[in-house]
Amino acid sequence: MSVRRIFARPARFAVIAPYLWMVLFFLVPFGFVLKISLSQTAIAQPPYVPVFELTQGAAAIKAAFAALSLDNFRLLVSDDLYVLSYLRSLVVAGVSTSILLLIGYPIAYGMARLPRRWQSVAMMLVIVPFWTSFLIRIYAWINILQHDGLLNKILLALHLVSTPVVWLSTDSAMYLGIVYSYLPFMILPLYATLAKMDPALLEAASDLGASPGRAFWLVTFPLSLPGVLAGVLLCFIPITGEFVIPDLLAGSDSLMIGQTLWLEFFTNKDWPVASAAAVLLLVLLLAPLLFYDRLQRRQLEGTR
Amino acid sequence: MASHPNRISRFNIASLALGLAFLYLPIAILVIYSFNGSRLVTVWGGWSLRWYHEFFGDRAMIDAAWMSFRVAASSATIATLLGTLAAVALSRGERFKGRTLFSGMLYAPLVMPEVITGLSLLLLFVAVNAERGFWTVTIAHTTLTLCFVAVVVQSRLGSLDRSLEEAAMDLGCDPVRAFLAVTLPLIWPAIIAGWMLAFTLSLDDLVIASFTTGPGSETLPIRIYSEVRLGVKPEINAICTLVIGLIAVVIVVASLATKLSSAQAKSAAPL
Repeated sequence: MSVRRIFARPARFAVIAPYLWMVLFFLVPFGFVLKISLSQTAIAQPPYVPVFELTQGAAAIKAAFAALSLDNFRLLVSDDLYVLSYLRSLVVAGVSTSILLLIGYPIAYGMARLPRRWQSVAMMLVIVPFWTSFLIRIYAWINILQHDGLLNKILLALHLVSTPVVWLSTDSAMYLGIVYSYLPFMILPLYATLAKMDPALLEAASDLGASPGRAFWLVTFPLSLPGVLAGVLLCFIPITGEFVIPDLLAGSDSLMIGQTLWLEFFTNKDWPVASAAAVLLLVLLLAPLLFYDRLQRRQLEGTR
Repeated sequence: MASHPNRISRFNIASLALGLAFLYLPIAILVIYSFNGSRLVTVWGGWSLRWYHEFFGDRAMIDAAWMSFRVAASSATIATLLGTLAAVALSRGERFKGRTLFSGMLYAPLVMPEVITGLSLLLLFVAVNAERGFWTVTIAHTTLTLCFVAVVVQSRLGSLDRSLEEAAMDLGCDPVRAFLAVTLPLIWPAIIAGWMLAFTLSLDDLVIASFTTGPGSETLPIRIYSEVRLGVKPEINAICTLVIGLIAVVIVVASLATKLSSAQAKSAAPL
């Protein structure tokens, strides 16, 4: 206790630099997104009509507030294109997260059952792909899935198909890419809670006559729920805004919101609409984000 | 089997093996094909280093790789400094004003979709009329990666025995000295691991860099992305293999660093 008291003052100084940095480069930029989402599109550089300039005095600010417009948001909720891409993002994130949980759980469970010595090796093996470039891993799949790629060659050689199957630019390719990329994010929090579990609990369950399956559903699974929650949030939130994977692996007939935003920004140069799309995406993700924040805080700071 | 409910079953081993195979096979295939002599990506034309020669002759690609390397090294260094300070403040400081906001700002970027982070930073840079290029990308990457560093270092600080610091102060150290003499050497491995993680995350990032960079300063992922969109090129296999090799070196160094620290810190290292 005394340590904390004595450390408190220097620690307070330590916070200044990172605090200012995050306010300046994380919080303030959201203000700009909000501001530009409320302004009009213009063919200019930068391509929007400024909402207000602080340098022009109070009258100008008042005038600017009068000119604020919700047009971009009205466009987003009235145009099917945007509504559909929001829906698609949620569906894709939901489906992929479920698949990830179904695949990730047995893997994490297997890891937690390994002898101690092997657990750290297995964990290392799961972490390594997380460090390897996202783009490279997607590219690796393009190699395999393309028209005359390895997968089609194997399927043809095994006479499972008679003509090459189109894999690229399909939803299955996209789901495969997402599951592949996010699997470590699902496995690691699951493993962390499963490895902490007391083995005596399962022995007790078995002594009391529970079958292994029953013991799993009554003991192991409920105790692993914090890990399940962490893994689900860690996957669901970023997948909803995913851009690279659907862009490279899925077809172009229906877009996820990340792609729509990218398209509005880079291709149509409509910064206000892109900003409004970002604001709506953020609103959509606010609840899971706050939830995740609480979880993370409890995990890192809850020891005290 | 029922008498040993905690014994590893065949199902456990099978799911583990299949999972690892799923994670590694595509990368292994990519590495093997980077040594393919044939121009056709899908036909095996014997072992060859031809695509590596091609890469080293590709001026634009080399420039992009150099740019990425510089951005990764500088942003990782700044991020490690700031992230460590943040971790110390959160785990050793008392409740200060805006602590909830601060930790919220630190944890949110870990999961925040990159399109949002990228767009918002770009709008900031445009608003202040900053010239976009090396520095804007570096600042953007620092903002993202300092959060990862903070989490890695914070989890190490949390598992540390407080009595060591207490002992140092009982022996007459002031808090800063106690931190430098006792705490810092103990969390050093986590700091190194944090730097490495920040470095690889920056090297890897496409979306945030695309938003925040300016004309004429492409990073490697941006360059690779524009090539990949045009189709599979064997040269890309070679570049990817080189990047994987570089990251492998980084991982070995980082894991040697974490091996020095306790197993508990290691279990929290990836996130």
